[in-house]
Amino acid sequence: MDAMSLIAMASIVTAGLTIAIGSVGPALGEGRALSQALQSIAQQPDEANTITRTLFVGLAMVESTAIYCFVVSMILIFANPFWNKVIAAGAAEAAK
Amino acid sequence: MRISPDSSLFGQPATGPINDTIVFTWVVMALMAVGSWLVTRRLSTGPKISRWQNLLEVIVQGMRQQIREVSQQAAGRYLPFVGSLFLFIAVSNLLGVVPGFRSPTGSLSTTTALALCVFVAVPLYGIAQQGVGRYLKVYLQPSPFMLPFNIIGEASRTLALAVRLFGNVMSGAMIGGILLAVVPIVIPTLMDVLGLLTGMIQAYIFAILAMVYIASGTQARRKREVRMAEKEKPDTEPVTRSA
Repeated sequence: MDAMSLIAMASIVTAGLTIAIGSVGPALGEGRALSQALQSIAQQPDEANTITRTLFVGLAMVESTAIYCFVVSMILIFANPFWNKVIAAGAAEAAK
Repeated sequence: MRISPDSSLFGQPATGPINDTIVFTWVVMALMAVGSWLVTRRLSTGPKISRWQNLLEVIVQGMRQQIREVSQQAAGRYLPFVGSLFLFIAVSNLLGVVPGFRSPTGSLSTTTALALCVFVAVPLYGIAQQGVGRYLKVYLQPSPFMLPFNIIGEASRTLALAVRLFGNVMSGAMIGGILLAVVPIVIPTLMDVLGLLTGMIQAYIFAILAMVYIASGTQARRKREVRMAEKEKPDTEPVTRSA
């Protein structure tokens, strides 16, 4: 298998695995945070506004890890540095 | 598959190619500016106000209250910046259901620009309130060893702001387009409606996070601000203490 197809295959597989595995953890964490927030709102309905706002801020923090995985996946698919290099090398070889 | 409005050219006027992102940003700006000007031409302070003025007042009052609760300070200094962020993102996400409109927030350039505005605004507000020395000292908390981590933390939360908004809006638009090829039109329409909900939530989250970051950088003069905030709150029942 030549370098070009090897790089393409590795990039695609890794991109898919990154986002698939990387979103499991934050999803579980956000579910736990949400259930705690719902429990607190049930215990103290007067504070629902503060609890909801804190919940949103906390969810944004927890989601950061999933966002990092998403960024890596996007880079592998759309801005892959190795892909560009191997394309340039292939074009140079074809021109020879 | 058109990933981002950045890559589709809208036209080629004499000044050079302009892409979709710029054109639709102008559309959102024009809509908000002209709409607000039309509503605020004849403001009335009496008991009878037009429904559009009522709508704008509800929105502005809501933003003021949220900013005051998050920052524990008077809302006036932060309302222009945070309010503009919220309104721009909300309007551009709402207009996503209009056929032919591609949200400018679905482009990484726009969301990065907004996140960079927040990144610059945090030290600006902090230094304006506390002075350079006291603001920079916060980076050395809890120990000077944490300085690189604090800086990296600032940069990474800015990146997260940009990518969170971009990912939500872009994936909402893309899943509608992909589903359109395989299922009847009902499902993509429902996905568009879900996109409305997530668009509003993301606008709220962006603005609230921006406010939280700014508030964490401006912690001076708490006592005076607490007294001012107390005056703005409505009267609650007095606390009775037994001797």
